[in-house]
Amino acid sequence: MIEVRDLTKRYGDKLAVDHLSFTVEPSRVTGFLGPNGAGKSTTMRLILGLDRPQEGTATIDGKRYDQLARPLTAVGALLEAKAMHSGRSAYNHLLFLAQSQGLPRRRVDEVLALVGLTPVAHKRTGGYSLGMSQRVGIAAAMLGNPPALLLDEPVNGLDPEGIRWVRNLMKQLAAEGRTVFVSSHLMNEMAVTADHLIVIGRGKLITEASTEDVIARSTDKSVRVRTPDADRLAEMIAAAGGKVVRGGAESGAQNGAGLLTVAGLEAPRIGELAASASIVLHELTPLASLEGAFMELTSGSVEFGAAKTEAAHGSTS
Amino acid sequence: MTAAAPVTPARGPADPAAGRHAGFAGLLRAEWTKIRSVRSTVWTLVIFVVVCIGFTALIAWLTESNWFGPRAAARNVRVLSDPVGFILGTGIGLGQLAIAVLGVLIITSEYSTGVIRASLLAVPRRLPVLAAKAVVFAALLLVVTEIVAFCSFFVGSAILHAHVPVALGDPGVTRAVIGAGLYLTVLGLLALAIGTMIRHTAGSISTIIGVVFVLPILTGLLPSSWGAHINAYLPEQAGTLITHTHQTADDLLSPWQGFGVLCIWTVLALAVAAYLLEHRDA
Repeated sequence: MIEVRDLTKRYGDKLAVDHLSFTVEPSRVTGFLGPNGAGKSTTMRLILGLDRPQEGTATIDGKRYDQLARPLTAVGALLEAKAMHSGRSAYNHLLFLAQSQGLPRRRVDEVLALVGLTPVAHKRTGGYSLGMSQRVGIAAAMLGNPPALLLDEPVNGLDPEGIRWVRNLMKQLAAEGRTVFVSSHLMNEMAVTADHLIVIGRGKLITEASTEDVIARSTDKSVRVRTPDADRLAEMIAAAGGKVVRGGAESGAQNGAGLLTVAGLEAPRIGELAASASIVLHELTPLASLEGAFMELTSGSVEFGAAKTEAAHGSTS
Repeated sequence: MTAAAPVTPARGPADPAAGRHAGFAGLLRAEWTKIRSVRSTVWTLVIFVVVCIGFTALIAWLTESNWFGPRAAARNVRVLSDPVGFILGTGIGLGQLAIAVLGVLIITSEYSTGVIRASLLAVPRRLPVLAAKAVVFAALLLVVTEIVAFCSFFVGSAILHAHVPVALGDPGVTRAVIGAGLYLTVLGLLALAIGTMIRHTAGSISTIIGVVFVLPILTGLLPSSWGAHINAYLPEQAGTLITHTHQTADDLLSPWQGFGVLCIWTVLALAVAAYLLEHRDA
């Protein structure tokens, strides 16, 4: 279990992490979500003792990171992918980490096999692809067989095969009872990976809830409507206070005919409107996306946001 | 990357990872693995060996073949008064550059590649990382530099032996040869300390070169006894006294006092480096 209490980190007068508190429970994948610059990496570095907080504490099973006798056997961490000497082999990178914890050489071979790098283990990492480097990082995190894992953007730069592999690994590790804490700025990735979400923006906690709840609580509910009488219905919806976009977000021009995406009105109300005017509906689907929920949650706190247009687009309420 | 690896880890989380408590011995092993597994370490040491022994032989040979040349007399007096200092001086004067660069690189390369974060995640108390690195590096340097110092001495004295009779058994000679290795080892640690403070390779190398090569020239320009006094206590000026068998009238320090001054500089630098390592964000 990872506990963060009142954690605060300032760089100069810039507040990177602002009195942040949350708990990461074992046996599930906890997603750490926020736009770029929200303070996710800083928070992870604070938990891992790499940066010193000005206020607050971060503990792993009740201990501060620097109080752990053999930290790699308590927490495995993947920070930036290419944190390796390009002239050193993956084997030697993992070997020195193992030696520092008193782990046997056998363990190096085991984690290399786990991430599928055994054939290239003795090659210098300078020649590795980003995906291979990421696997070395994951091997390093798994070296001490730790009950908790912190992974900062682990799927960044991976190909689809690699993404699926990391996703399955995280789920498996959580299923084994481990604490898995994974950051991402990709909401859709989190939607399929995480059981629980901690969302931050500008260093502050925005919400902490199960992934389903975050999606369900989204007020950015839009409704997809398909009707042969799109023009008439669109007018009625607009008159009733709804916002209509022609076509769907995901549809091509071909699919766009008769398709409306409506925000600001719930599906039953649209159905009633259509019935009152005897308009035939072919489809009436409430949509809720984590993306929408995320945009809404963080719209006030996007660090490098494209100012108002973007935020307004995300939050249509 | 298409190979799908098995996802199953080797052991369940309930099972504590096998292996003993690592302690400092584990850190020493880890630092040794780091040093030996990077080519730049090996190559820098090879360059050091070649430069030291090569230049010692070259200068000795030029001196020998020019023994009766014009304007040789004054130099010959100097050579005869301190044969060990003469033999070792050139090679070590140039070779120390390689040692300084290596001392800087073994820590700054961790910062430039991000390995430092892996190191500090493994040892979050941080200071044992620097201590283990210093111990392993010093041990490696001591072995290599002593071998090079003795080889240089034997090569140089063999070439010069017709005119400059000098043997290990002569007064102060063994101390001077061993001292050459000690000087280079401590210099390497000073470079390690500077690299830890500055964290960037180029800046650290410039700084150590400034301290070793440029500072003595600047203080030499200072007026009167002032400059001489400051000069005597500079790391390089004080530290190399131990490689000479002959004290000159101007020397303010004895060989061992000089070496002590270098050690004090190095300990202070390491203390500052340790403080910064401990208190800065990594």
